[in-house]
Amino acid sequence: MGPNERGPLGAAGAGDYHALWGLASMIAIIDYGAGNLASVARALEYLGRRCEITDRPGKISAAARLVLPGVGAAGATMRNLKARGLVEVLRREVLERGKPLLGICIGIQVLLERSEEDDAQCLGFVEGRALRFGATGALGRRLKVPQFGWNRVRQERSHPLFEGVPDQAYFYYANSYYPEPARAEVVIATSEYGRRFCAVLARDNLVATQFHLEKSGPLGLRMLDNFCRL
Amino acid sequence: MLARRIIPCLDVRAGKVTKGVRFLENVDVGDPVAMARHYYEQGADEIVFYDITASNERRGIMVEVVRAVAREIFIPLTVGGGLRTVADMRAVLLAGADKVSIDSGAVRDPQLITQGAREFGSQCVVLSMQVKQAAAGAHLPAGYEVVIDGGRTFTGRDALAWAREGEARGAGELCVNSIDRDGTAEGYELRLTRLISEAVAIPVIASGGAGEPRHLLEAFTEGAADAALVASMLHYGQHTVAGLKRFLAERGVPVRELAWPGAARQPGAPK
Repeated sequence: MGPNERGPLGAAGAGDYHALWGLASMIAIIDYGAGNLASVARALEYLGRRCEITDRPGKISAAARLVLPGVGAAGATMRNLKARGLVEVLRREVLERGKPLLGICIGIQVLLERSEEDDAQCLGFVEGRALRFGATGALGRRLKVPQFGWNRVRQERSHPLFEGVPDQAYFYYANSYYPEPARAEVVIATSEYGRRFCAVLARDNLVATQFHLEKSGPLGLRMLDNFCRL
Repeated sequence: MLARRIIPCLDVRAGKVTKGVRFLENVDVGDPVAMARHYYEQGADEIVFYDITASNERRGIMVEVVRAVAREIFIPLTVGGGLRTVADMRAVLLAGADKVSIDSGAVRDPQLITQGAREFGSQCVVLSMQVKQAAAGAHLPAGYEVVIDGGRTFTGRDALAWAREGEARGAGELCVNSIDRDGTAEGYELRLTRLISEAVAIPVIASGGAGEPRHLLEAFTEGAADAALVASMLHYGQHTVAGLKRFLAERGVPVRELAWPGAARQPGAPK
């Protein structure tokens, strides 16, 4: 956005109500070159939400909400975010301006300070680390890593994200690493895979899920819709 | 613990499903989008489309099918059949598939698994193997041989060794299809499924032979499978995904019961 523009509302002409409304409610899906961005976009479009996959700081600033989705490795994700100058943009929009952000899968892990994967330094918006699942679970049973499939999510705290979502419902996971926030109060839901781990975290305007809510059927869509109403 | 998955598999030829759901009056039985939606709404955990289009020039149709399905179905979607190159894989993934299932192409060029996993991540790559029972010997210690081209070509590869190689090359899941059982409705090849499931640390999908609900129960218990591929027993209307899950849940198998959003009990509130 140029220096003379006054943000999204300034750009639209009179009578262009829908365009105005659309811009003001736009959801920016942060494009850092990873896969799986389009599936979040399709889910949002199905819900009737306007969204755009973008790495342009101007568009990210103008958007009402941000989604940081994706599959990939923590190290590569951080490298790509840095290379596109998105770390500073995210810090400003999310931490300073308080814009709602939804992190999904790798998007929950990079919110933490560090990840065991690639020993990567991450965004550090939330205190804690991402750790790798051990190869053996409780009672010494062999654990398949990555965790691939549907697992139960136990709601530990009430949160608007869970509106209409039954406790202990199944959501779809594909992960080798799990988030471990330092403060228990940000962990609003957990799952069990060899150990109990953080499935959903929330703090102020930040929410994030380790599972793929865009691939978790009607309940995942409901959570995505709930995010759009936060 | 993860839910055991039920995965309906739809064969698609030139954009049309080849086996229809007979009992449905309001569904175009040839329409892959309508059939996928039907199974999604029944609680399928994943959908597999298998492209059996014979001619190369009509393959682009499958990409359009995937694009249309991905706009409406929000569970993992796997596409297989005739994928021979990384470019083939990319085309269906960009159209909206979450995973690709590679088969004969991977046997001919095992690098396809390695390259696919490196390019798209292991979670995208399902190695599907067609297996036939054979006399156990020096070259086939497990007594199962990998076949390709729908069972017409024998490869001389031992199924267990191929499963391990697939895992080592980066496949995220294995789909083990018994050619001996395929289409028989006599049940999955349980010995084979267990043999492979115990030898690898990635999920194993049992395939070929399901005809009755107890066959799925056996696959998840005796067969040690993580997921079961189901085709005719659903397509011809004798069974539903929801019915199969009820059957399994009553017998102690963890399955994902279909749930729709509604009024939730708030955690901490009186039950």
